[in-house]
Amino acid sequence: MDTCIEKIRELSADLLEKGEVTKVIGFANGTIPMATSPIAIKTKQDVDKLVFNSTCGLNLANYVSGEKGKIAVIAKGCDSRNIVTHIVENQIQREQIYIIGVPCTGMVDKHKIAALFEDEIIDFSEDGDTLMVSSLLNTQTLKKQDYLKDNCLYCTHKNPVLYDVLAKDPVEEQKFDNLFPDVDRIEALDEDAKWQHFENLTKNCIRCYACRNACPLCYCPTCFVDESGPQWVGKGQNKTDVNTFHFLRAFHCAGRCTDCGACVEACPMGINVRDFTRKLNKDSLELFGWEAGLDVTKRPPLDTYRPEDPDDFIK
Amino acid sequence: MGNLLEHMGIERDRLHFSWISSAEATKFVDVVKEISDKVRALGSNKKFEKDYN
Repeated sequence: MDTCIEKIRELSADLLEKGEVTKVIGFANGTIPMATSPIAIKTKQDVDKLVFNSTCGLNLANYVSGEKGKIAVIAKGCDSRNIVTHIVENQIQREQIYIIGVPCTGMVDKHKIAALFEDEIIDFSEDGDTLMVSSLLNTQTLKKQDYLKDNCLYCTHKNPVLYDVLAKDPVEEQKFDNLFPDVDRIEALDEDAKWQHFENLTKNCIRCYACRNACPLCYCPTCFVDESGPQWVGKGQNKTDVNTFHFLRAFHCAGRCTDCGACVEACPMGINVRDFTRKLNKDSLELFGWEAGLDVTKRPPLDTYRPEDPDDFIK
Repeated sequence: MGNLLEHMGIERDRLHFSWISSAEATKFVDVVKEISDKVRALGSNKKFEKDYN
């Protein structure tokens, strides 16, 4: 993709020089190839550290809540939707945040690429829609479209929904007849097969909580899993506790999840934890006609009452 | 919530919601009877059973 990094750096340097913002939150190169990490830039001299490419799969909205001064943040489509959610949930005021919007063409799935190589990847670069990935033994040229993250494949909000400036021209949005084929596949299973699917999904979970920490929605000062009085859920790797954690984490995101995929991106065990939240997103859309983070003036569906809300589950 | 539980393979009849006024004693009895009948029919929930071994 056209990473428009020069434009991002130029905008960031300008904002910092004028003193309009105290810091710019963006991505910097990580310690290994194909890993970018969030960074807060505070001086104009440091803007060269900023990068933007197809490996910036984390969600920067995670780092804006609770800020006191005015900050700038680099936002893809999903990041901007989470910023909207933060504004709606009073985690930050609109005036406190300067959004550098980046129309996004999708992020790559590192697990899919790593699976192509027998040894460790030592270099990654991209040019438009082509990715060049090499390990010591092998170099491969890949088409980016074939290695997108699953959530990017079905993304319908590539362009930021809220921004102060765009770093490049908007991209074309995708349209789908069915947004949730993955959910439908699980729904088609019988009860025991569904349970088995989720048991298999979470069996490698090490309870590191990376999914929770990467999620911009999870900003509670004390998470329910860390509470000790009462202790809502056991802390070990007992599968009942693991499943309870995943079920409750997902439900806390009901009607708020933007399907940014940061949870999956952060998971060291490659668990597709989106299998839980996707069902909630589908229900939000079907029952309430709701997609999270599109409008700062609307409260999420579980937070409001409308007479036409479905209530056939109440006897 | 029921939908997500069902999605995970938990029987739908294990979760019930009802709105009962403090003056509706008979409705309370009816609802509790219905719930206990449905749950009894399903049997114990082995899926969320915690194995301590």
